[in-house]
Amino acid sequence: MIAALIIVFREVLEAALIVGIVLAATRGTVGAGRWIAAGIAGGIAGSAVVAAFAGTISGTLDGYGQEIFNAAVLLLAVAMLAWHAVWMAAHGRQLAGEMRSVGEAVRRGGRPLYALALVVGLAVMREGSETVLFLYGLAASDGGFAAALSGGALGLAGGVVVGAGLYLGLLRIPPRHLFGVTNWMVALLAAGMAAQAMSFLAAADLVVLGPELWDSSALLSQDGLAGRVLHTLVGYIDRPTAVQLAAYLATLLFIQLAGRAVAGRQRRALPQAAAAE
Amino acid sequence: MFRPILGPAFAAALAFSGATAALAAEPIELTIKDHRFQPDRIEVPAGKPFELLVRNADATPEEFDSHDLHREKVIMGNGQAKIRIGALKPGEYAFVGEFHEDTAKGVIVAK
Repeated sequence: MIAALIIVFREVLEAALIVGIVLAATRGTVGAGRWIAAGIAGGIAGSAVVAAFAGTISGTLDGYGQEIFNAAVLLLAVAMLAWHAVWMAAHGRQLAGEMRSVGEAVRRGGRPLYALALVVGLAVMREGSETVLFLYGLAASDGGFAAALSGGALGLAGGVVVGAGLYLGLLRIPPRHLFGVTNWMVALLAAGMAAQAMSFLAAADLVVLGPELWDSSALLSQDGLAGRVLHTLVGYIDRPTAVQLAAYLATLLFIQLAGRAVAGRQRRALPQAAAAE
Repeated sequence: MFRPILGPAFAAALAFSGATAALAAEPIELTIKDHRFQPDRIEVPAGKPFELLVRNADATPEEFDSHDLHREKVIMGNGQAKIRIGALKPGEYAFVGEFHEDTAKGVIVAK
């Protein structure tokens, strides 16, 4: 049961942290709760489907379908996070001079909540499908059903507690700073996922990771709890390779530059429209 | 939106792509049985890319996971999967079956 608890906790943890960030980032937004709930529900359904077809997915693309599928899921999430971050950068700046908080802008709608719901759904699906496969294997083995059930339930609860802790911690941030913090967290989340996607593309032989740049595993192992949490939140990798770092930095840079460019264009083109919106 | 993100990454990747050119002809076979790897120690020549063919003789799924090799892959019960690994520097590279970490352990030794 302990083994089941640990594995389920690990998988749930990653998804729960992402949900925590997204909940904080959309705080007070009309309809955000429904979108995120839909994302979680869709992700759970998706993870069952992915687990059921895991053999088929693996068998495609010359035996490297699983890697390419994982990379595609991660990159889609990166694109959605980037899209949202750019939108926030644009609208946050647009309203800065009008003594309106970003929160108000967000509450008035127009925000791409579906992008974040999709991010949540993809995260739940990715982590969930592995959990389903593991629990299925455990439940099918002798006397494993009870262990799968109890370990699974406790692992799920543990992951949710950490995710909820992150969310509640973020809510302690004063509202005027909250979106600044969550914008950065969303950007770092995207960068970390882009780096992770490189691993899967390399496993499918589509990119080569290049040399490992450093090894900080003695300082902070990625296998420990703190390492895992940081891996999810900011993309910490204890032995990153050149291409992972390049993908990480390129994603951050893209979000920054695109956000600035869009914000600048909107400021020039739509001052009245923004005020009248 | 992928293009601006991936462009620099692919450009950087191309710079290293020479490493995967020559794959050893025959995959190295590895079996998972009773949640253990057989063999659990594999010697490979350093500096040459190779492919593992992992057969899962158990009825339950397993996840081949190696932090050292930057690889993770689910192998279905009674299924098999290929795992390509680039040229390694001399050294030891641990791998585990993530779903049965206490028994499913192995190491690749590059010489």
